[in-house]
Amino acid sequence: MSVLVDDDTRVVVQGITGGEGKFHAGQMLEYGTNVVAGAVPGKGGQEVHGVPVYDTVDEAVEEEDADASVIFVPPAFAADAIFEALDTDLDLAVAITEGVPTQDMAKVNKRLTETDTRLIGPNCPGLITPGEAKLGILPGNIFAEGDVGLVSRSGTLTYQVVDSLTQRGIGQTTAIGIGGDPIIGTDFVDALELFENDPDTKAIVMCGEIGGEDEEEAAAYIDEHVETPVAGFIAGRTAPPGKRMGHAGAIVSGSGTGTAESKIDALNDAGVPVGDTPEEVADHIESFL
Amino acid sequence: MKLHEYQAKQVFADAGVPTPASTLASDVDGVLAAADEIGYPVAIKAQVQVGGRGKAGGIKLADDADEARDAAESILGMDLKGYHVDRVLVEEAVDFVNELYVGVTMDRGEGKPVAMVSTKGGVDIEQVAEETPEAIAREHVDPAFGMHPYQARKAVYDADVDPDLALDVAGVLTTLYELWDDRDGSDAEINPLMVTSDGEVIAADAVMNIDEDALFRQPELAEMEDEAASGDELEQKADEYDFDYVRLEGNVGIIGNGAGLVMTTLDLVDHYGGKPANFLDVGGGAKAERIANALDMVFSDENVDSVVFNIFGGITRGDEVAKGINEALGQFDEIPKPVVVRLAGTNWEEGMEILNEDLVTVEQTLEDAVQRAVAYAEDEEGDQ
Repeated sequence: MSVLVDDDTRVVVQGITGGEGKFHAGQMLEYGTNVVAGAVPGKGGQEVHGVPVYDTVDEAVEEEDADASVIFVPPAFAADAIFEALDTDLDLAVAITEGVPTQDMAKVNKRLTETDTRLIGPNCPGLITPGEAKLGILPGNIFAEGDVGLVSRSGTLTYQVVDSLTQRGIGQTTAIGIGGDPIIGTDFVDALELFENDPDTKAIVMCGEIGGEDEEEAAAYIDEHVETPVAGFIAGRTAPPGKRMGHAGAIVSGSGTGTAESKIDALNDAGVPVGDTPEEVADHIESFL
Repeated sequence: MKLHEYQAKQVFADAGVPTPASTLASDVDGVLAAADEIGYPVAIKAQVQVGGRGKAGGIKLADDADEARDAAESILGMDLKGYHVDRVLVEEAVDFVNELYVGVTMDRGEGKPVAMVSTKGGVDIEQVAEETPEAIAREHVDPAFGMHPYQARKAVYDADVDPDLALDVAGVLTTLYELWDDRDGSDAEINPLMVTSDGEVIAADAVMNIDEDALFRQPELAEMEDEAASGDELEQKADEYDFDYVRLEGNVGIIGNGAGLVMTTLDLVDHYGGKPANFLDVGGGAKAERIANALDMVFSDENVDSVVFNIFGGITRGDEVAKGINEALGQFDEIPKPVVVRLAGTNWEEGMEILNEDLVTVEQTLEDAVQRAVAYAEDEEGDQ
């Protein structure tokens, strides 16, 4: 079982004729993802990897019955692409684009409250249900089918932790990279709720990082609502206050919240063990299963 | 990207926010000429990107030319918290009776802009926020509509600003929001917004941070970026190479792909008893040249005693990484510092095949790589 995506998910790739879009559409197809259409303004009528391209998402949905979109559109046009996906009432939109202006995302965030579409990202690796479908850029070969749900703010850290799990024979139901930007669609709480309600997810890994208060909010949610055992990891313990560490969100203001310590404390208080290393996270998950 | 005070003041003034008369100067004669034109008393303010300039001796008042000369001589060329001061702003000293705070920023928790007003201006506003949050009136703004004038008035009245000033302050806040919105600000602040004895408000300081991801549509502000660059030579070099780089105090150089993974590598170095020398994220999809630049970057830091590469390829390919490492290290007769490489993910096997193992130490796991780099750093340190 899985959350959000499976082998029935019918995917349209926005930006399929660009370098990234083309490459990763190919990778997704190779993984077995049901990529049914591309959408690129002015490129309607073309084909990429045998997949028909339409000028608009609307057309792609109409003609190919797509229900999810993966967005590989440059930052300047990414918000527009997300709006387009939201306006076609897709179930799911996954925005891979890195570097979307924050004010654009504030406007998207407002629009999200008026639609039923779920947004993942931006600036994220996407999500994968091992053995069924991947929507995004995650390297499929490190994942394995199993019963651990994973949610993470960082792409490459996701790979690291998944690798530690898979090497021990622990597979995943679904892994979701939610992205590290200040304003994102699906957050930890949303993902935790999905995994909690998935009967096949027996344990959850939550990978956070310094900056913002999403992990603290997630800890409070776990305390109240999550029965499934959760193990955590927080990146950035050694980050100095006031410095921005890559992700726009990964900055510590020095005022006590948003630090690794406050996040780890909040998680521990909610009964979530936090590993010092990715291997320790895998140890905790192993002990849950 | 953070604008200098003089740049932010110019941007604010152009938008109609009242600011004191001021001129930028880079030598004593320039300061005296500027002060003469503005009229004494003047404030002479170091233009560097650090807080607490006043306490550190970077802001001085001058009542006449002698004082201005002394102030200019002591501030120009000074080292202010690690930043060399080569420019000062010479500014009309405002006779004020009261100091307010106005600001606009993105509330990431709410995903909405927030406008703020407080009568506790002129002090460390972060401290006010922490100790007496109720002293700052906040108004969230719908980003699709922008701030309505009534919202600015509401914030001002909520903050208990003197009713005689309320509409002027609301006007400044409205302008500040529009600026923040038009210019892709991440923060815009006036602290203090001074109230003069004549009952006028004037922006005595100006802070403007721009969202770097939006610079593509702010060409005018992007041009200001060079001038606003960091004082740290290595961080400047990182800007040229377009790396996310932060210099730290330790001696283990760290290169990786993806912010979360690089931070994790830093944490593991610390966990195994070492000290990270830097955070360096090559980003996604780095090609060989970029990898070589990253090595150049880390070798430029004389504190570095060893280097660990941690690459988990998704969009980044192991063969490109290996090619870059070979190219960068192949140029040396002798490798400056030991380099440990851990490659995983996309094309790691192809990478391992071409990686020249005479030049580097290869480890299979993150833990092993970090421990090896920490051990090398200790050895090197011992040799010195």
